[in-house]
Amino acid sequence: MKHLLGTKDLSKEMIKKILSSAGAFKDVLRRDIKKVPTLRGKTVVNLFFEPSTRTRTSFELAEKRMSMDVLNFSVPASAVVKGESLLDTIRTIESYEIDYIVIRHQSSGVPHFIAKHTKASVINAGDGMNEHPTQALLDAFTILEKKGRIEGLDIAIVGDILHSRVARSNIYCLSKLGARLRLIGPPTLLPPALKEAFGISELKVFYRIEEGLEGADVIMMLRLQKERQIRGFFPSEGEYFRFWGLTPERLRLAKPDAIVMHPGPMNRGIEISTEVADGPQSAILEQVTNGIAIRMAVLYALQTEAQGVGESSG
Amino acid sequence: MKVILGAEEIERILSRIAHEIAEKGRRAEDLCLIGIQRGGVYLARRLQRLLEGILKVPVPVGSLDISFYRDDLSIRKEAPQVRKTDISFDITGKRVILIDDVLFTGRSIRAALDALMDMGRPAEIELAVLIDRGHRELPICAQYVGRNVPTSRDERVEVRLVEESGKDEVVIIKE
Amino acid sequence: MRILIKNGQIIDPFQGITGKGDILIEDGKIKEVFLVDASNSYLRHQSGSPKKKNLPVDLKIIDAEGLYVFPGLIDMHCHLREPGFSHKETIRTGTLAGIRGGFTNLCCMPNTNPVNDNETVTEFILRKAYAEGACYVYPVGAITKGQRGEELAELGKMHSAGCIAFSDDGRPVMNSLIMRRALEYSKAFNVPIISHCEDLALSEGGVVNEGKISTRLGLRGIPKEAEEIMIARDIMLARLTGGRLHIAHVSTKGGVELIRRAKEQGINVTAETCPHYFTLTEEAVSDYNTNAKVNPPLRTEEDLEALIEGLKDGTLDVISTDHAPHHIDEKLQEFDAAPSGISGLETALPLSLRLVQKGYLSLEKLLRKFTVEPARIMGIPKEGFKEGSIAEIVIVDLEREFRIKKEDFLSLGKNTPFDGWSLKGKVIFTICKTGIYEFK
Repeated sequence: MKHLLGTKDLSKEMIKKILSSAGAFKDVLRRDIKKVPTLRGKTVVNLFFEPSTRTRTSFELAEKRMSMDVLNFSVPASAVVKGESLLDTIRTIESYEIDYIVIRHQSSGVPHFIAKHTKASVINAGDGMNEHPTQALLDAFTILEKKGRIEGLDIAIVGDILHSRVARSNIYCLSKLGARLRLIGPPTLLPPALKEAFGISELKVFYRIEEGLEGADVIMMLRLQKERQIRGFFPSEGEYFRFWGLTPERLRLAKPDAIVMHPGPMNRGIEISTEVADGPQSAILEQVTNGIAIRMAVLYALQTEAQGVGESSG
Repeated sequence: MKVILGAEEIERILSRIAHEIAEKGRRAEDLCLIGIQRGGVYLARRLQRLLEGILKVPVPVGSLDISFYRDDLSIRKEAPQVRKTDISFDITGKRVILIDDVLFTGRSIRAALDALMDMGRPAEIELAVLIDRGHRELPICAQYVGRNVPTSRDERVEVRLVEESGKDEVVIIKE
Repeated sequence: MRILIKNGQIIDPFQGITGKGDILIEDGKIKEVFLVDASNSYLRHQSGSPKKKNLPVDLKIIDAEGLYVFPGLIDMHCHLREPGFSHKETIRTGTLAGIRGGFTNLCCMPNTNPVNDNETVTEFILRKAYAEGACYVYPVGAITKGQRGEELAELGKMHSAGCIAFSDDGRPVMNSLIMRRALEYSKAFNVPIISHCEDLALSEGGVVNEGKISTRLGLRGIPKEAEEIMIARDIMLARLTGGRLHIAHVSTKGGVELIRRAKEQGINVTAETCPHYFTLTEEAVSDYNTNAKVNPPLRTEEDLEALIEGLKDGTLDVISTDHAPHHIDEKLQEFDAAPSGISGLETALPLSLRLVQKGYLSLEKLLRKFTVEPARIMGIPKEGFKEGSIAEIVIVDLEREFRIKKEDFLSLGKNTPFDGWSLKGKVIFTICKTGIYEFK
């Protein structure tokens, strides 16, 4: 597997492989020497067109823990306005003989575009509204750690699913692993043709959060972007929280041992109440820790490109 | 396929190795065993039982996965399956016996040594293997060898243990 | 200078001529049409083929045995990009592309820079076309100043300068009052108002059809209703005003149904669609292929079928290309940033012939959509192969299979989703006032 562009193209086996090695990487992170020489000498460029401290830091740590040489390109949108096209940026990077490109961009499809124009391995760190595969993988890993399994679990995803790449990646990933998915949100924030687009026949959709949360094992809250209110997707943040915010009362509708997740950063009081975010059922901080381990696991999984059919030496 | 060792012979060999290990050491409290995934893990546990019987003290045992330290990752078709590294004790200052089933080119042992160095600073590291089949590519040797078995490069040596395959035996397979 | 096109299969929807025969051209005009067998046309010569022995020296013979001979085609909707966007296309390269595609008449849209919203720009275009164009160019003027949709442009002056129709194409006229005024005012000049039907509020930010693909690829979608709402509005305004409405690039089933009902009610509306809408669906965008990014976007299978039905029953009068060339750099970008448009002049005819090959339309019926219908709607006086008319002829090998190669396009725009497609129906010769063009 040369690129990680999305969970929609990942096979179940590949997902399981990545998840199973993540535990070992988590152990490395607990050691005194938090480094393995696995990708020593390989170079990676973190090409972030959208600002993001948390994801970029997580990737950077993962890359350094794998002994890689790391380059950070933070490209503000104005650089493109100044005239350098995306293609020219990629060609410049190619001339540095890079092995990996980690890309985050505000337009869907950019990682696919880049993959066509580079010899490096491309990892999608978030493209527009399309996918954020490493987030979905770390979410799946967190659920596995907390619940021991994913198959058969009732997982609710709540919020602005229409615009959420985290939601999309999670829907593909979790459904491949056998979870039963529920999508909850205001009708204006649910994408059209859901079942056909995702190829899942048992996808349940709820407009009312109370109905959707009943008996859920996992609740994934999505971040609400403030600009959406201006475009008429919902009238006000107050109204949004009143009808779709996760409060302690609503949390009680789920199973007593249900866990609460959020990709961050959180809007306290808009999609999630502070008590729930900091409460005992919240797995939000573990998600962050797992992010580094998962990203190491992804780098590990991608690092072998067949140059010869080498077999193990004993 | 040729069976070169049966269950009884394996038992005798392990017993002999355990005695050799016990005889050589200074402080029994400093001894610990680490089995290399996968072939060395069950052997390490068996040696643990034998040594505890001889020395009458607990002997810690752990397992070590060397996938992250291999030198052939960029030429393999797929990333190797990562298994459990479970070393719940501190190895600094200890006498570590690394255990593997078959010693061949020596590269796995080199990787295991690098992994151990990232985990602590053992006082000394020794190597025990059930089979040494020759063809070393690095200057590595085992202090405790069950059986020296000359082989050709197109052969494969498999150690099968009852914990996994229901029967104890060592076989040579021609590729 | 005389040219004899021999033994071709002649179809002239203008004169109603069908049959095997010869066409004699003298000094760029049609001299005579000789049919080998009798048919229901009023122009035939009973003496059979001319005697070969007395052939004059300056006679050029084109052997059209096994080939079809049509009047030069008319494209009533294309973008020639000049003035202002000559990196995408020029009048010279665009008309050459048209010639290669079998078109001897191109109606070019006003979304140039500056916009063709006044007689000066109109005159510029016509002068350029006269000096450099390989075929006839008829400018379509803007409805509103700057295509901003706020004030009517000087339609009368532009018409006198040579505009044959008006459109803000590329954009809709959002303000219903302005659209009403345009339809009313245009009656004085007896010209059609061509409407690009798109509700900008509904389509805002959209880059593909709203549906399965937009959800799957995480792209903003344009619902079909964005087009249908404006078609409905424009039809009602046409009914109110009695003006001549023509709906550009229909892409939806709903749109076809609205137009069909409007025609049944006797409202003066005509409509067109383009080859990409009846050949591809939204699936063509699947790999973020910017060459399939077009406005209106490619829709679904049910829309595709409805468009073919609309072509069959006459609801859709015309096939136009909406030829929209772009520079290669512009299409080599992230999907959101790439401009919409397909370079279509050189693929329109073979793609449309598939409808005949699949049995949806007869060849005659298809040909009308490229000839008599656009001529009628745009008021372009063409008479096909009538004796004395300027020779505009395209000779096509309907059986010849060939591969579309975008590097071979004469258009500067290589943005086509049909690159590599194997199609049947190749233009071999195009004859018009600027000469005889042969395409191997």
